[in-house]
Amino acid sequence: MSGVRALVGTRKGAFVLTSDAKRDRWDISGPHFGGWEIYHLKGSPADPNRLYASQSTGWFGQQIQRSNDGGKTWESVGNKFVYDGVPGTHLWYDGTPRPWEFTRVWHLEPSLTDPDTIYAGVQDAALFRSMDGGQTWQELPGLRGHGSASSWQPGAGGLCLHTILLDPSHPGRIFIAISAAGVFRTDDAGKTWRPMNRGLRSEQIPNPTAEVGHCVHRIAMHPSRPRVLFMQKHWDVMRSDDAGESWQEVSGNLPTDFGFPIDVHAHDPETIYVVPIKSDSEHYLPEGKLRVYRSRTGGHEWEALTKGLPQRDCYVNVLRDAMAVDSLDPCGVYFGTTGGQVYASADAGDSWAPIVRDLPSVVSVEVQTLP
Amino acid sequence: MIRVVLPAHLRTLAHVDGEVKLHVEGRATQRSVLDALEACYPMLRGTIRDHVTQQRRAFVRVFACEQDLSHEPPDAPLPDAVAMGAEPLLVVGAMAGG
Repeated sequence: MSGVRALVGTRKGAFVLTSDAKRDRWDISGPHFGGWEIYHLKGSPADPNRLYASQSTGWFGQQIQRSNDGGKTWESVGNKFVYDGVPGTHLWYDGTPRPWEFTRVWHLEPSLTDPDTIYAGVQDAALFRSMDGGQTWQELPGLRGHGSASSWQPGAGGLCLHTILLDPSHPGRIFIAISAAGVFRTDDAGKTWRPMNRGLRSEQIPNPTAEVGHCVHRIAMHPSRPRVLFMQKHWDVMRSDDAGESWQEVSGNLPTDFGFPIDVHAHDPETIYVVPIKSDSEHYLPEGKLRVYRSRTGGHEWEALTKGLPQRDCYVNVLRDAMAVDSLDPCGVYFGTTGGQVYASADAGDSWAPIVRDLPSVVSVEVQTLP
Repeated sequence: MIRVVLPAHLRTLAHVDGEVKLHVEGRATQRSVLDALEACYPMLRGTIRDHVTQQRRAFVRVFACEQDLSHEPPDAPLPDAVAMGAEPLLVVGAMAGG
């Protein structure tokens, strides 16, 4: 019987939540790596029992953990992330040059076809790849070699490469997003990159339509239509119908177009989900109501999904990597909050229930649909 | 035999309980002890010292014999009591954070 495994990264450890396909009873395992920040865990599409986790603290730095049994046991693999060549500089908050310095891995993206190949998005922003199951890591230096890199500046969370999308129909095409540089695309497996920010408008930067410098929070793709991308920007929800070459705003009737996560329904590539947050200076929900917004039209027209979610006195946030979908029918939608709740909907968002209420602050949620 | 006490998170990472006992070739210094530690427990590479610069991580301290040795040169000899195994070398995570 098929089932679901949710991989939850929190500020103080990782949790593995499992259920059968009904998705109404969950087993919770964890904390794994208790006391460490787990920015992200993700399973290999080619081998669902192969999982990777990014584990870090300010005290002891970065670890990468790997599991070959779906998260029951873990082993440390390589944690040496060294920038290629002389790292050079980017801009610091005060506008002065600052040498690139590795802090942590924000996002792990396993290859679609090879369990031993995995990409890592790191802070300060760079893309690394391992082709030996995480034992060794090499930077794909073409990204930081882009002519704009010396002008990249960090967002409030740091200069982080937080999103990696692998195009299933176009080998060698990868989209990445950096706060606060924007979206870049490679079509040659990482050798060369182009900014993909035309159509973005950010009033908080000197040139609101600059080619680079936008605070992109998250981008999402449906695997059946990889030329269509959706974006939650610092402000504005956007879509691209031409593989990132241009973007149009689709915020429509959202109560606020600030937020972090965005995801796409597993079976309907025009159905998307966001969680509006009040503002960049408040970072909590508007009106104390936890509302997921769903558009069935690829943007512009949005409906609030509230059934089963708290509608008063709720002031959590939902971070950029903390929403995911399963591929069962109906599609399951999941998200975690900074208050430690993980909510699930087994009916594409129509109704919600908490899987668990009192975890440490949730940083990331990924979901695997198991055979 | 050199005795090393690791902070709890690094003991978990290295799958060890209690003190670590190391055989160190030549003179016992912070560098030679940490080299031996990392050779026995490769998962600790990068957790106490930076992979490239070999600088001590900012929130890690090294104590022994009631002294803070954190700012001693890495090749300075450790106290005789540590070199003889009478006292442990303490690797300490700074008290900070939440």
